[in-house]
Amino acid sequence: MTNAPAVSCLGTSALLFEAPGETTLANQQRIWALSREAANWPEIREAVPGVNNLLLSFNTPPRCLEPLETRLLGAWEEAIALPLDGRVIELPVVYGGEGGPHMADVVAHTGLSVEEIVAIHTAPIYPVYALGSHPGYCYLGGMDPRIATPRRKIPVIRIPGGAVSIGGSQTGVSASDGPSGWNTIGTTEVCFFDATRDPPVLLQPGDSITFRVVEIRK
Amino acid sequence: MIEILSQSASASIQDLGRFSAVRWGVGTAGAMDRLALLCGNILLGNADDAAGIEAQVFPFEVRFDTDLAFALTGADCAATLDGLPLLPWSSSRAQAGQVLRLGLPQAGRWRGARTYLAVAGGIDVPVVLGSRSTQLRGAIGGLDGRVLRQGDRLPVGPLPGTGIIAGVMPPGLALPLAADELPAVRVLPAAEHDAFTGGSLARFWAEPWKITPQSDRYGFRLAGPGLEPKAPLEVRSHGIVPGVIQVPHSGQPIVQMCDAQPSGGYPKVGTVIDADLWRLGQMPIGTRFRFIRVDWNKALAAREEVEGWLTEVRRVTALLRARRAA
Repeated sequence: MTNAPAVSCLGTSALLFEAPGETTLANQQRIWALSREAANWPEIREAVPGVNNLLLSFNTPPRCLEPLETRLLGAWEEAIALPLDGRVIELPVVYGGEGGPHMADVVAHTGLSVEEIVAIHTAPIYPVYALGSHPGYCYLGGMDPRIATPRRKIPVIRIPGGAVSIGGSQTGVSASDGPSGWNTIGTTEVCFFDATRDPPVLLQPGDSITFRVVEIRK
Repeated sequence: MIEILSQSASASIQDLGRFSAVRWGVGTAGAMDRLALLCGNILLGNADDAAGIEAQVFPFEVRFDTDLAFALTGADCAATLDGLPLLPWSSSRAQAGQVLRLGLPQAGRWRGARTYLAVAGGIDVPVVLGSRSTQLRGAIGGLDGRVLRQGDRLPVGPLPGTGIIAGVMPPGLALPLAADELPAVRVLPAAEHDAFTGGSLARFWAEPWKITPQSDRYGFRLAGPGLEPKAPLEVRSHGIVPGVIQVPHSGQPIVQMCDAQPSGGYPKVGTVIDADLWRLGQMPIGTRFRFIRVDWNKALAAREEVEGWLTEVRRVTALLRARRAA
């Protein structure tokens, strides 16, 4: 991990800004501040926060990149953590059973019991760091490293929307049916995305999720 | 209205793409060959962002319920209207009840993989988050956010009345690009480019890559010499764009295409420039092709070349329209 921020291009479509340091809520709050600032620049079509990084897509690619890079690095230096006090959404989860087919793999990897895994998973308030992957999907911070479990060697072709899963040191909830390489440990019912709403997403950076156990199935 | 007669499961409604909802996790979707769709719309006098049908499995058949001008662009697939042959890359008029059939893509000086059917007025499905393109994950845009099925009846928008019956030289012939006699696409190096070994990078740029059968609108999985990182790479999830060349652990790259998810966490060796994505989008499975390394200025020049060509198509179309009106 380097100490200086890095700027690189994704073809002529976008710039990628990567912040130095660990992924922390404080760092992520600076990313949100930078995103708000850059979203107003005339050449920027969209500012998209990622995990400790920011994608800036172009309306039209600038003739010369250097001035924009300089402005971006300057704005990062001045960016002050933006503590967005968003909503906290509680999601009721049925852990294990049919809706949590990979709970046994998390048990095997961590050496913890199902009850311990559920207790650890339901303890934190998980901040939404960024959205991505698929419509309405939230990248969450804050998972307890004791339940970290590597991604599956062979991804599952289709896991249902509402699947609660662990991939490496992250946890998340699928917003719609689709493929996933993560370990699904439970299921919840929530609508993260509705194109007819404005905004179309239930949660945005700055909001948070908590998980409440409804039932543990074997 | 036009009605889908084929059982083919992979034709979809696309426009130029959905570009301002990435922050909500929504990918761009859109035509794999935007030049082809644009040319169809220009011939018909449609707005640039009018939606058409992208067909990629053949044969593909539709029936026109009303008299309607249409254009076929992209892969030349020996199309017929009620059995009579049609020229590729040109517009025609259909009468109510006539059946348009797209056959297999033809080999020739330029062979494509996807054919675009544009209709005067455009396919009039609702605009969702700024686009009519079909976004499969999350099921938005297009027709109920899904691929087209037999029996679907598609509404057509108000007729523009400014179309012409004419043809365009395919951009694959007008704007050829090759390296060592293989088709090529230009690439700007990306963040992790220098994190791969020099030897594997030299092969990446100098040797042919083959498009494997595991390639579709989501991504093109390539087979070739492979890329080796100097050390294990850790990349945090970040927004991506179509064209990004990701390198998973296998070392065999995957080019993210129009239906790719809008974020990724694999190391990136480069990005196929926007100006050349249509070339890749038209390469059939099994194609061997080359990457050409460019810098920012060359990438912008490529973009200007494409824009200049489109300007010329618009100019000639306007001239023909004026002549016929006179």
